[in-house]
Amino acid sequence: MILGIETSCDETAAAIVTRAGEIGSNVVASQAELHAEFGGVVPEIASRRHLELVLPVVRRALDDAGTSLDEVELVAVTRGPGLVGALLVGVSAAKALAWSRRLPLAPVDHLDGHVASLYLEPHPFEPPFVCLLASGGHTSLLDVRSHSSTRVLGRTLDDAVGEAFDKGARLLGLGYPGGAAIDALAREGDPGAFEFPVARVPGLDFSFSGVKTSLLYAVRKLSAEELDRRRADLAASYQRALVRALVERTEAAAELIGAERVAVVGGVAANSELRASLPWARAAPLPLCTDNAAMIASAARWVEALPYPRYLALDAYASAA
Amino acid sequence: MQITSSSPAETEAVAGRLARLLRPGDVVTVSGELGSGKTTFVRGACRALGVTQPVTSPTFTVGHRYDGVAHLDLYRFAGVTAAEWGDLEPYFDGTIAFVEWPEAGEDALPAPRVRVRLRHIDEQRRMIELESPEPTLLQELS
Repeated sequence: MILGIETSCDETAAAIVTRAGEIGSNVVASQAELHAEFGGVVPEIASRRHLELVLPVVRRALDDAGTSLDEVELVAVTRGPGLVGALLVGVSAAKALAWSRRLPLAPVDHLDGHVASLYLEPHPFEPPFVCLLASGGHTSLLDVRSHSSTRVLGRTLDDAVGEAFDKGARLLGLGYPGGAAIDALAREGDPGAFEFPVARVPGLDFSFSGVKTSLLYAVRKLSAEELDRRRADLAASYQRALVRALVERTEAAAELIGAERVAVVGGVAANSELRASLPWARAAPLPLCTDNAAMIASAARWVEALPYPRYLALDAYASAA
Repeated sequence: MQITSSSPAETEAVAGRLARLLRPGDVVTVSGELGSGKTTFVRGACRALGVTQPVTSPTFTVGHRYDGVAHLDLYRFAGVTAAEWGDLEPYFDGTIAFVEWPEAGEDALPAPRVRVRLRHIDEQRRMIELESPEPTLLQELS
């Protein structure tokens, strides 16, 4: 059994996963409901919240899996990238738990974790493939050659696509989470009603900063009454622009390296139009799209674990190298 | 001081000139509405300070740290509590720190050496307003 812990951003999460990739439990203490209540603003983005939640969440993950620390052979934890204080809560908890049982500890990169959400049972998707990782904080195209070898083919040069969804929702006066709100409203609108050009940057990189500004200007040109009438059209057209940019670059990446298989992971992988636009691609299962610890435990299966007690000096890292 | 920029490249260039006047420990706040060019401005400053990695928006991740430079974003904050300040403080330690959406942190953040405000003039052009408590600091920019 592997115990996974994830505290890199807003979610405090713990999970139990077997060596074979079966999920015993996957517990996420999400702040999403709190976010909605506060209109997308986090009431408190602080490691103190993670600190209050981390041990109850670990306990709950063990209980839900019907197991105990005695059965755990390996502790896995997100080491970065993320907010340093938040990461350190998870890293410290993982160290303490591993140390108390003299277990090895596997430090996991958050982005490798998202990819490893695909390797879990009951329908694992195995390398090689091209992977689109699209979330609030990250947007990249990865050449996944094996479980432990991944190369970045392209990434956003400015905003992550999840951020573009979220800020677009804010401009349209929609609720939180913004991505889901746009997705729902877009179904009632005409995606051809407005033209939102997405900047074409060289290579396989993305740029989503300009399209957000185009939406701002489109909204500004409308009276309050017109905006009410055209909101669904704006949402549909904006979503179409974002999804098209993702799909075009993903297809170009697959063609460039001759990949026959494509996968989509991260929070934006839950978007219905993106899933429909890449019907031949494997999308991460919905509960594993947003941050969770099952993916961290999954990734740990291909990480060289640090033996007891070598991990005691392990540090977190804030930014991707 | 006010400077008109007619492109993202010009915004980056103004930020680059400002960055060369700064030293570790300095805080620069960068405010302005959505799409006004805050991240573009910080990217220009980072480039001038030797950062070669992609400089992306930290809205969701809150903070990015590069060699000698920190890039923070308080967009998702309602205010900055003592506990939150504890999380943010390491980013200011020994760096030149740029803070987007600083309004939520006004009472908690160290006093900025420069305040930058960006405004939309039209779809292409932006007004860059710079302000510093040191009267001579920004003279070299004009």
